[in-house]
Amino acid sequence: MAEVLVLVDHVDGEVKKVTTELLTAARRIGEPAAVWVGEGAESGKAKLAEFGAEKVYSAPSELNDYVVAPKAELLAKLAGEKSAAAVLVSATPENKEIAGRTAVKLGSGVLTDVVDITGELVAEHSVFGGATVTHSRVRSGVPVVAVRPNSVPAEAASGAGELEEAAVELSEAATGAKVVERVVQEKGARPELTEAAIVVSGGRGVGSDDFSVVEALADSLGAAVGASRAAVDSGWYPNQFQVGQTGKTVSPNLYVALGISGAIQHRAGMQTSKNIVAVNKDPEAPIFELSDFGVIGDLHTVAPQLTEEVDKRK
Amino acid sequence: MNIVVLVKQVPDTATERKLSSDDNTLDRAASDGVINELDEYAIEEALLLKEKHGGEVTVLTMGPDQATDSIRKALSMGADKAVHLVDDELHGSDALQTAYALSKALGTVEFDLVVLGSESTDARTGVVGAALAEYLGLPQLTLAGKVDVDGSAIRIQRATDYGYDVVDAQLPAVVSVVEKINEPRYPSFKLIMQAKKKPVEKLSVADAGIDAAQVGLANAATETSDFAPAPPRAAGTVVKDEGDGGAKAAEFLAEKKFV
Ligand SMILES: Cc1cc2nc3c(=O)[nH]c(=O)nc-3n(C[C@H](O)[C@H](O)[C@H](O)COP(=O)(O)OP(=O)(O)OC[C@H]3O[C@@H](n4cnc5c(N)ncnc54)[C@H](O)[C@@H]3O)c2cc1C
Ligand SMILES: Cc1cc2nc3c(=O)[nH]c(=O)nc-3n(C[C@H](O)[C@H](O)[C@H](O)COP(=O)(O)OP(=O)(O)OC[C@H]3O[C@@H](n4cnc5c(N)ncnc54)[C@H](O)[C@@H]3O)c2cc1C
Repeated sequence: MAEVLVLVDHVDGEVKKVTTELLTAARRIGEPAAVWVGEGAESGKAKLAEFGAEKVYSAPSELNDYVVAPKAELLAKLAGEKSAAAVLVSATPENKEIAGRTAVKLGSGVLTDVVDITGELVAEHSVFGGATVTHSRVRSGVPVVAVRPNSVPAEAASGAGELEEAAVELSEAATGAKVVERVVQEKGARPELTEAAIVVSGGRGVGSDDFSVVEALADSLGAAVGASRAAVDSGWYPNQFQVGQTGKTVSPNLYVALGISGAIQHRAGMQTSKNIVAVNKDPEAPIFELSDFGVIGDLHTVAPQLTEEVDKRK
Repeated sequence: MNIVVLVKQVPDTATERKLSSDDNTLDRAASDGVINELDEYAIEEALLLKEKHGGEVTVLTMGPDQATDSIRKALSMGADKAVHLVDDELHGSDALQTAYALSKALGTVEFDLVVLGSESTDARTGVVGAALAEYLGLPQLTLAGKVDVDGSAIRIQRATDYGYDVVDAQLPAVVSVVEKINEPRYPSFKLIMQAKKKPVEKLSVADAGIDAAQVGLANAATETSDFAPAPPRAAGTVVKDEGDGGAKAAEFLAEKKFV
């Protein structure tokens, strides 16, 4: 069976949930082979094996010192050497860029924002902010596919998880953009936004940089916190929590929108959520058009009551 | 410093929504294309850099005849001239073919910097900037929230999951911008009038030295077999808060087994 390369997302050596989803999807196509860049493959491989990785290719952290291109060179090289059937990455902005460059190198095509994939490599996409569903495939070369987090439910299956060193001689072009500093703005104890099963977001309706009404509900639900651009632009919540067209795309089981009107650019980032709950004092707010459950009211009274009720039922 | 800004014309997302409500006026508007929102930020950034460092700003668009509207808009914001890559052979090109064609068209212009949006509102692949850097063999400075140029050195802040990376490179380079980078200006009446006289060069596939066997629907590596409207969301329940709104929402969450 041909290998299917899966680029591993990890933070401080911990494998992200989306990678277990990709390994699950990879098993439909062939034999999953994880590609790990940076420190920690030795300790992380157990988790990868638990989701079916037969091989774990481990490449040095030097590849992270430059923007995107080195990882694309690594993936393209491995895909060639191992005659891979496909390359899967998670559909984050950076990984989509890696996917694009990898596909150029392989002379193949790239599919982005895929929400499902079959063993025959037919990909389902959700486009136009979730309004339209398409099916597509790559018809020449090794398909490179960027899959959205929370799309394919992860299922365990044991793999050998055999560790193998992988290296690549970086071209001059790949080292043209050098990362000289990494600035970590905020890293809380809450689940990662794009991966969370539940997301609670606040908008302009929150009214101030006191986001505690949003955070309290999020914490009682074990959710990640998101924000609309209006809230981010007002300086109420950090930029990396913005949900929407120019922020993160999330697809959780439950999305709670507090004081968010539901502008098209916000919807583009959350419309594929499985359940949507909205609290807004304006009965005409467009967010109610896509809500499974909506409350017309002041979020400053409704959300605390909801938090209290959730806590009571625990 | 000479800058090329890549501008894509896309269907207006806002009017499209009203299309479904069957409003004739907005129906007409919906058939109009607009500049991809993020490309206005790219144009603004190019203009700011020009104001600081001198040089010329050239707009490059690949698209059908109608894309002229977006080109004029870009010129009326203050860009100096435009190149319009327009050819029926390009119809149906996918993201990588688009990047390839744009890389060839860039070969006809002198530039120190290419600036583009990080994502279009219609296809949203977000791969054109990276693929373009790959084709051109130039440093990839994408997802920039801040750009500083000093002589031949360029530094950006690249948006990441955790905050941002500071990235250094030498010109020429490819920069894509995120929306927090600036606030695009509105065209002044004077600039709108001037824009009508600014040069727009039309470029065909042959003019740009593009291999026709590598572009267009028939030669695309990707293929879309079918599409359909997403299944409509079942109409939800909306209640008015009568002092029990939070409790009712909790009941809904319990029903759905979230609590
Ligand atoms: C290029 C571009 C990219 C963009 N990208 C994004 C993006 O990624 N993400 C994004 O979110 N937006 C994005 N936007 C902005 C978008 O158009 C909207 O401006 C934004 O989403 C509005 O945020 P909001 O819903 O919080 O604010 P508003 O639209 O002002 O809505 C606030 C809502 O809160 C309600 N409210 C007020 N007080 C209360 C209260 N006490 N209790 C309950 N409800 C209350 C109001 O009724 C209103 O509906 C983008 C725009 C552009 C041009
Ligand atoms: C719904 C939909 C889904 C699609 N999915 C895929 C897919 O999965 N894979 C694939 O290969 N193709 C896909 N395409 C095709 C893709 O839209 C086109 O190839 C497009 O020309 C480039 O992709 P993009 O708009 O996503 O670019 P992005 O990478 O999102 O755009 C980034 C920037 O590139 C610049 N740019 C992009 N196009 C042009 C242009 N024509 N002229 C000037 N500047 C430009 C703009 O500055 C823009 O802000 C899809 C198209 C649609 C309509």
